[in-house]
Amino acid sequence: MTHRGRLPVIQDSPAVEGGLSRRRFLQAAAGSAALLGLSACKSSDVLEELRRRNLKELSKEQLQEMLARLEKRWTDEYGKKVTVTAKPPIPGVDFGYGLDLSRCIGCRRCVYACVKENNQSRKNPQIQWIRVLQMEKDHGVDLAHATPYYDPEKVPEAGHFYMPVQCQQCRHPPCTKVCPVKATWKEPDGIVVIDYDWCIGCRCCTAACPYGARKFNWAEPKLPKEEMNPVTDYLGNRPRPKGVVEKCTFCLQRSRAGRYPACVEICPVGARKFGNLLDPKSEIREVMDRKRVFVFKEDLATEPQFYYFYAT
Amino acid sequence: MSVRFPRGRSCFPLAAAVAVAAATLPATLAGAAPAAAAAGAEKAVAPAPAARPADLPPGIQAEPPPFTEGIFPCSQCHDRAADPKPRQLAFHDEIQGDFHHGAPTRWCLDCHDNAKRDFLHLTNGDLVPFTESYRLCGQCHGDKYRDWRVGVHGKRTGMWDGQKTYFLCVNCHNPHNPRFKALKPEPPPVPPSKQAASSQEMHP
Amino acid sequence: MGFLQFLKGAVKQVTAGGKAYKAWIALLLAMIGIGLVGYSKQWQVGLIATNMRDQVTWAFYVGNFTFLVGVAAAAVLLVVPGYVYQWKPIKEVVVLGELLAISALSMCLLFILVDMGRPDRLTHILPWPGSPNWPSSLLSWDALVLNLYLIVNLSVVVHILYRGYRGRAYAKWFVVPVVVFSIPMAVGIHTVTAFLYNGMAARPYWNASILAPRFLASAFCSGPAVMIILFQILRKTTGLEIKDEAIRKVAELMAYAMFFNLFLLGAEMFKEYYSRTEHLVYTQYFWQGIGDKKALVPYAWFALFASVVAFLLFLIPGTRKNWVTLNVGAVLIFAGVYIEKGMGLVIPGMTPDTLGEIYEYRPSVNEWMVAVGIFGVGGLVLTTLVNIAVPIMQGTFRAPDAPPPVAGETAFAPH
Repeated sequence: MTHRGRLPVIQDSPAVEGGLSRRRFLQAAAGSAALLGLSACKSSDVLEELRRRNLKELSKEQLQEMLARLEKRWTDEYGKKVTVTAKPPIPGVDFGYGLDLSRCIGCRRCVYACVKENNQSRKNPQIQWIRVLQMEKDHGVDLAHATPYYDPEKVPEAGHFYMPVQCQQCRHPPCTKVCPVKATWKEPDGIVVIDYDWCIGCRCCTAACPYGARKFNWAEPKLPKEEMNPVTDYLGNRPRPKGVVEKCTFCLQRSRAGRYPACVEICPVGARKFGNLLDPKSEIREVMDRKRVFVFKEDLATEPQFYYFYAT
Repeated sequence: MSVRFPRGRSCFPLAAAVAVAAATLPATLAGAAPAAAAAGAEKAVAPAPAARPADLPPGIQAEPPPFTEGIFPCSQCHDRAADPKPRQLAFHDEIQGDFHHGAPTRWCLDCHDNAKRDFLHLTNGDLVPFTESYRLCGQCHGDKYRDWRVGVHGKRTGMWDGQKTYFLCVNCHNPHNPRFKALKPEPPPVPPSKQAASSQEMHP
Repeated sequence: MGFLQFLKGAVKQVTAGGKAYKAWIALLLAMIGIGLVGYSKQWQVGLIATNMRDQVTWAFYVGNFTFLVGVAAAAVLLVVPGYVYQWKPIKEVVVLGELLAISALSMCLLFILVDMGRPDRLTHILPWPGSPNWPSSLLSWDALVLNLYLIVNLSVVVHILYRGYRGRAYAKWFVVPVVVFSIPMAVGIHTVTAFLYNGMAARPYWNASILAPRFLASAFCSGPAVMIILFQILRKTTGLEIKDEAIRKVAELMAYAMFFNLFLLGAEMFKEYYSRTEHLVYTQYFWQGIGDKKALVPYAWFALFASVVAFLLFLIPGTRKNWVTLNVGAVLIFAGVYIEKGMGLVIPGMTPDTLGEIYEYRPSVNEWMVAVGIFGVGGLVLTTLVNIAVPIMQGTFRAPDAPPPVAGETAFAPH
């Protein structure tokens, strides 16, 4: 897992601080599982969690206090300086994503770049926000003849094409409709977010999502300290607890700071396009003006902000 | 070895690339991103570009051409015009032996300028530096070139609404054997039947 | 003061009993013990202790929940003949149906609790300090109507039994409207639960208008089956008078409900197999399997066989009258609806998943343990309530200062 494609000009993630000695992954997993197994968080935080209201009802001070508390908790836990922001959406921005099906070769670099950027559990459960489906050219986009488990020596395999699927950030999200506690909602810049500290883990949203985008933390997440990305956002890539749902957020910790999501940057064939749909000069608008664009499962009228297209 | 350079070439020394790129990159390309932001002032649909991150060196807009170590400048060896007739060469075996770009109807001097080897040339004879090789590619591959100029073709990194790094055609496509090479895929996901609590967790 | 005395007496009623009763209670407690062991492992490790995964994200727990909501709703099958048609043989035993509803609802709520990733955040569904997603989320509706139905049943039951204990008639002005209200409420709880599935466009197997009617039809087959068997046990063990015709009428009504259920099943099968769209794949997975993935197929056909046989046994007056065939029918209908609601609804709805993957789910040992524990709790709740209710109905459990029972009086005819 070394193909991060580091560029000479831009670093795709800040330098990791701290010189930790490498610990055996299983030791860390078992240790944290034992420590955190009986309660979701440390005792002082339990009280705060019980008193909390929904994120949208918190005052600025309460939010800042909560972020500071989380920063301290994770800095202690991961042994490096962890920052937790709560970046608001940029006004005048409505994100769009384009995926060029004529280019994707199914190499899965996007899957692992995403995992690295967004602090998913690596094992038991292994959580990946992007799932790449290998499809057959003579069947087209046909899920009955699709598999995510392809493992040939080289990709692309003859006679097949590849379709990565992640959260489509629908304009009419079926997931936000069914959440019983308003733990997930659509933000003004188009991103559907989850408050991981409010989610009750009922998985209604997972059942309701037509794209299989939502993933559940079936156990305590296994996030090795040395692989933890310490630059986090509260609604984005902050470490998640056991028993909550998570999904792609268009790397909002990056995109709300003006950067491309990790998957866009890592793609070796440039199959991924990202930008502001409201900007007529953006790459995504150029895609929509010039290319044949379609959306996945259009008949469900979810109106995704994720577009598939064929550049050739 | 970066995945984007499947043929194993390493980058030309950065300093020389800075000099070449800064001197020759056309203003339209460099200005594309800020121009979009300026245009936004009329209709206020796009916000001002985000500030450049501090770790980005100034001036670089595009990746440098991926020369093999020590091969540039070509005029080190090629100090005069050669026989223009298509033939087998005594040197550059690694390119000749793997040439799949319009053979046999094309050969080296259709793109490389005979008199000035440090440059490429267009069909009308205009010289093109290696940092602008996309102009040459665009002569035949016009649709790709048009798409590349607006970011629809090929990879870009950086700020979606600000400073970006573009990649030259040759950063991904070996000009002598342009077809994108197959890659070894990253591992498939663990299937659900194999996701389970570790035995340590179940029986501590 | 009087209520405290009632509670003390109730505890005595529940704890007294012969060998068979004590063995039954021991079995229930053992089941609860198993459940606690299973759940503590799940609490510690997470829901990964189940076999649910992202591909099949609702399974055994939610399937049991759905089935038990149906059982709870089935009290309506007694309330309608008893209170709307004033049919005396059933009116006398309506309260037992309500006790079953209470027991089923407590199991429903427990199944939801064990299925949640964060049960410690249950308060988030309350208006304060939480933020329920009204009116858009069917699950927040379900939380409301299930608890409301529980309160309705509890309040009526406690009132009737306490009044009976005191030798007084129940207050008609309170009981009748509330009981009548429980009829649309029963329909409501099961419709809301059906809508929870129905509203998901992502799951074409559930996204069918026929789902809510089918839920109701199969609900009215399942709960009453328990009641038929319960009534016979009570007659034998406590000498409680329950008329044969009451039991047979319940069986007859179940036959009509099962006919409707089978008709709706036929309608669904026609639509799927005749139109042969992409969506056939879910129905196909259940009845035929896909490729070598055939885990549910035997259950599908067994459930159909059980439902059809039970339907015939209940329909034909001769087999309805015969106690052996009646009980065989009751067991078969319960099994058939249990499979249909659990494996027949939840699993095929998710297999193949939204990206076409087939993950063949089977409950894990942990899930079985927790489910056994919850059924133990339900059994204990029902046993406890019945052991308080029946002596009151028979007049043997009375307040010391209450008038002695008059012959022929029951707690349910105001005098």
